[in-house]
Amino acid sequence: MSTPVTVYVPRDSAARSVGADEVAERITAAAAATGREIRLVRNGSRGMLWREPLVEVAGPDGRIAYGPVAPEDVDGLVAAGLLDAAGTHPLHLGRTADLDWLRTQNRVTFARVGVVDPLDPDDFLAHGGLRGLRRALELSPQDIVAEVTDSGLRGRGGAGFPAGIKWKTVQEADSALKFVCCNADEGDSGTFADRMLMEGDPFTLIEGMTIAARAVGATEGYVYVRSEYPDAVATLRAAIATAYGRGWLGAGVLGSDLRFDLSVRVGAGAYICGEETSMLESLEGKRGTVRAKPPIPALEGLFGKPTVVNNVLTLGSVPMILADGARAFAGLGTGRSRGTQVFQLGGNVARGGIVETAFGVTLGDLVEGYGGGTRSGRPVRAVQVGGPLGAYLPTSRFHLPMDYEAFAAAGAMVGHGGVVVFDDTVDMAGQARFAMEFCAAESCGKCTPCRVGAVRGVEVIDRITAGIDRRANLTLLDDLCDLMTEGSLCAMGGLTPMPVRSALEHFPADFGEQPAAEPPTTTDLATTDLATTTEARR
Amino acid sequence: MAVSPEQSPDLEQRVRSIVAEHRGTRGALLPVLHAVREEFGHVDPAVIPVLAGELNLSRADVYGVITFYEDFRQSPPGRTTVRICRAEACQAVGARTLADRATSRLGVSFGETTPDGAVTLDQVFCLGNCATGPAVEVDGRLHGRVTPERLDTLLASAPREAGA
Repeated sequence: MSTPVTVYVPRDSAARSVGADEVAERITAAAAATGREIRLVRNGSRGMLWREPLVEVAGPDGRIAYGPVAPEDVDGLVAAGLLDAAGTHPLHLGRTADLDWLRTQNRVTFARVGVVDPLDPDDFLAHGGLRGLRRALELSPQDIVAEVTDSGLRGRGGAGFPAGIKWKTVQEADSALKFVCCNADEGDSGTFADRMLMEGDPFTLIEGMTIAARAVGATEGYVYVRSEYPDAVATLRAAIATAYGRGWLGAGVLGSDLRFDLSVRVGAGAYICGEETSMLESLEGKRGTVRAKPPIPALEGLFGKPTVVNNVLTLGSVPMILADGARAFAGLGTGRSRGTQVFQLGGNVARGGIVETAFGVTLGDLVEGYGGGTRSGRPVRAVQVGGPLGAYLPTSRFHLPMDYEAFAAAGAMVGHGGVVVFDDTVDMAGQARFAMEFCAAESCGKCTPCRVGAVRGVEVIDRITAGIDRRANLTLLDDLCDLMTEGSLCAMGGLTPMPVRSALEHFPADFGEQPAAEPPTTTDLATTDLATTTEARR
Repeated sequence: MAVSPEQSPDLEQRVRSIVAEHRGTRGALLPVLHAVREEFGHVDPAVIPVLAGELNLSRADVYGVITFYEDFRQSPPGRTTVRICRAEACQAVGARTLADRATSRLGVSFGETTPDGAVTLDQVFCLGNCATGPAVEVDGRLHGRVTPERLDTLLASAPREAGA
């Protein structure tokens, strides 16, 4: 009884929002009261957010999970043998590694999240940290880029642009000063994977950015984090300080000739700054207005210098690709969507959280399988995939495989992999109106289709739902959506029509329309290779 | 309300030293404005000419940046700031009910402060708590799975009297 037992209580902000700090305090107090010595680790979250706060205790056969644990449950749990990893309490879930929800996933980018102490560099190393960077330092920059290209890694921020091609452009650009910028302005509702990676395994992001710097010849990097994520900012800043102390950043990274300086910049409450050129303007200390492209940021980015701009999950996937080789990553997925995607289940869902699995899993598998339907217990009516600019889809589209091309063909987008679930109480005309309202509020104002179009969009939808000149106004809305799609400078105005049109197409009754017959299921889209998906999950 | 820098040498001096701390920073205006806001709770318009001079920008540039970003409010907030997430994932689990309840309980609209200066009510689009919503943030502290009753408790815990 003399060796202290290790107890894990997440420090993730979602876990803290439902009482993890109080649970940790109560466990410490209860252990002290019973004279037991414990080692308390504040880990990231395992991503089973409906079970937060999820407490784990290290037992002889691995980590044993308990959850969701309310502060008032703690004394009872301790009395029932929590500190001996006993299995008698109703909140006992068994071995964490055996839980179906986790066991069937393929954690690649999120391999360490929830497992390690996010700020312990030795824990990071003990779980394979820096293997990717060490290998990258043995390769030529060209070979690093080739590895990333061969892996098939595409931008995880939503656009899905091949990361290797972007890196090659920056690498070949002639400039004494180049930058690596991580877009951590995760403003899309229903997405929280960037935040969880930054809070749960920040060293991985640092490692990925350092590899990118080596590949393209950059010496400075910035992580642009939204101000709504104070815990992620604090965790990253602490991890960066530790990385400097260990010689993982700064001059002579790991004893090589690489110099890479990294710092965190905090956004200031502007959704549009998640758009890459707007983010660059903001990093330069300006209003976050969108830039016209070309020139592309890879050639004229931050302060006019060649710049890699990648999302957190893109850069967070790079260490594994370098460590295990392009083939291991490319071996997962379907079609041109290679590797895994960190899907996020949110909204009205019974089992919300992180599902990292190979591309190709169906929407229905995510929502009904992992998600378990709605939290309210009512039928699922709609899901929005890919953030506020993504399509609203009915359950008749649950056969769609999560694949960039299949979703695009269905008039939707995978985006950042966020899936928000709504039950049958949702008013889809209200959601369509909100899409326009949100665009009007968050537009940077640079281009007219977005700035004015969104305001007009709200007005037109209001007239439609009020039954004023319905036919004419529906035509007008369609025309306005065309104009915004084709004429906007960036995806904000360009994609706002997607939720609007999909709501109208799939839920016409909410707009006062006669419900159309259910459109035929497009068989060309129902091509999920279940065998491959199941194989990839193993 | 704004105090001119001439009337408030402390503010001016403090702002100059904040700028000095960011001398080596590229594109320093946002980090500087964050530091000003953290120290004073808001960005007093009186700092505009000081920052313009120190950073070699026009006053219009500085004003433009301050007004572009939600975070840089120009008047002091209430003693407690409550932010309610109104984005889609929280809408799906009752954010509208919370929003209506907060505005009626406090008697203010979003963006406003109660007349006694106790509470500023703001809306926010996504706090990244989308699987454990609806989310409400009180003075920087995030709360998840907030029921209407829990919201009442959170609002009631805001100190009503100055210095309470």
